[in-house]
Amino acid sequence: MFQFIVRRLLQLIPVLLGVTILVFSLMHLSPGNPAHIIAGESAPKDTVEQIEERLGLNDPILVQYGNFLKDVVTLDFGNSWRTSLPVSEELWPKFWVTFELSVYSTIFSIFLGLIAGIISAVRQYSVADVSIMLVALFGLSMPNFWLGLMLMQWFSINLGWLPATGWGSAEQIVLPVITLGTMGAAVIARMTRSSMLDVVTQDYIRTARAKGLSERLVIYKHALKNALIPVVTVVGLQFGSLLAGAVLTESVFAINGMGKLIVDRILARDFPTVQAAVLVIAVIFVLVNLLVDISYKFLNKRIDLD
Amino acid sequence: MNAEQANNQSTEQKKKKVDSPFKRSAKDFYKKLKKNKSALIGGYLIIALIIIAIVGPFFTVYDPVHDTDYMVKLQGPSAEHWFGTDHHGRDVFTRVIHGLGITLGIGFFATILGGIVGVLVGIISGYYGGRVDSIIMRLMDVLLAFPGILLALALISILGASLQNVVIAVSIFAIPTFARIVRGSTLATKNLEYIDAMRALGASDARIIFKHIFPNILSPIIVQASLFVATAILSASGLSFLGLGAQPPSPELGAILSNGRDFMWDAGHIALFPGLGIMIILLAFNVFGDGLRDALDPKMKK
Repeated sequence: MFQFIVRRLLQLIPVLLGVTILVFSLMHLSPGNPAHIIAGESAPKDTVEQIEERLGLNDPILVQYGNFLKDVVTLDFGNSWRTSLPVSEELWPKFWVTFELSVYSTIFSIFLGLIAGIISAVRQYSVADVSIMLVALFGLSMPNFWLGLMLMQWFSINLGWLPATGWGSAEQIVLPVITLGTMGAAVIARMTRSSMLDVVTQDYIRTARAKGLSERLVIYKHALKNALIPVVTVVGLQFGSLLAGAVLTESVFAINGMGKLIVDRILARDFPTVQAAVLVIAVIFVLVNLLVDISYKFLNKRIDLD
Repeated sequence: MNAEQANNQSTEQKKKKVDSPFKRSAKDFYKKLKKNKSALIGGYLIIALIIIAIVGPFFTVYDPVHDTDYMVKLQGPSAEHWFGTDHHGRDVFTRVIHGLGITLGIGFFATILGGIVGVLVGIISGYYGGRVDSIIMRLMDVLLAFPGILLALALISILGASLQNVVIAVSIFAIPTFARIVRGSTLATKNLEYIDAMRALGASDARIIFKHIFPNILSPIIVQASLFVATAILSASGLSFLGLGAQPPSPELGAILSNGRDFMWDAGHIALFPGLGIMIILLAFNVFGDGLRDALDPKMKK
């Protein structure tokens, strides 16, 4: 187990280095001189040269990358080209908003997805099962930005029950979480169902039934425990796509999170901010995947022992 | 002379009887497809959408971009304007029908473009193995470290916001997903006996890869492609919705939706219909892809 974790951690190093190289090249592959973007197109020549010097744009590319890596490790992403504030100062409050949104949405999708999936599997081919799977199929196919707009249309504009924009109060959280969590709930419901159905046909479940255990005990104690293993992987992957999907949800509900920051700053060509935000999401995604891998191995090992 | 001709003919006939690996896997594919109801329903739905996207624009009365009429702007659905009108008084139904083709086109184009590169990369990685394989796969891991729409966003920040760049960004996003699946299938195929036999007969690597391995890993590629079209359309329309893809006058569905967002308070229908359109497209591809996967997955054969 320990060896496995160490090996996976070592495997992360090239991936994380690759991620930093890709993010670093964002700025250098894009057309236009960064100094011009900061100073404005009509800036005098010495101003531009001064900025170039300050940003180290005249250094060899490898030196620049080295400096970038050093900055990343110390979580210092430089100053925004748009607001001139330190990027990390702008980023962290927004990061927490996005993080909260993703965590709540993950909880929502696990809760809804698991219940729906279990009901579906326990009553295979019943009306409940067919309708749940149909709803899940729609949930999977609904673009979340559209779902968000439609929810806003109904619950904010027509009924006036919930606020249409913002983040923070309990009422403001409801619609964005449903918007962002629905697709995940659909994925988890489908996964839970098929995984449960796989498990209940296995011998040990028949044995459990044969020795006279109640159906409830068989399903919730014996079947569910093993059926949840593949679901854990899906949940981990979902969390990552939620972080990225938050970009659209935040845009719909005008939530001042990291996703909105990325989009605004892409349009404003504020590369340091975009780099930092993209890097943070990618690193979290990689780490969550690692956690999922480890927990998967851990859960599987227990099965081996059984 | 005659005998020789007859001999030639009979060998030719023998050759004809054995289908090429491509034809065989196509036949096999179709046979399995027919047995799966959801694959068939999804398939018909996709064909219907394609027909509407191609034929529809010839039957719409208005022009999707130029027919502005400020006397009827922001009207709800009516007999003249089935889906209502937008803020320029343009017919939303016309725009959605035209947009269907653009959105589907982006999905197919990005999938094919990224799919070809991904399949090549995956086959090379799986077939040659060793250092080539580990370098390629680490590269793919790096691309996969950017979840969902994030990689496309990062690429758009370099390339700039336009429909064309969205297609490029989404195809790059396709590469690692195809490469991984194709690599796995190639690894499973390349050690089969008939591949060894081909090699012993002196077939070149290229011949083995394209004539013998590729036709045999076609099914997972097709499943992946049909599911990826949905992902591609979702990402591309999402980027247009954010204002990073197709730009305003374009009737791309995500762009109409983005525009409709500004009029949610007085004309909710502008956002309703293009979104429904995207949902139906995604539904069709998801149902088709799911059905195909069930039909082709050997684990399900019980």
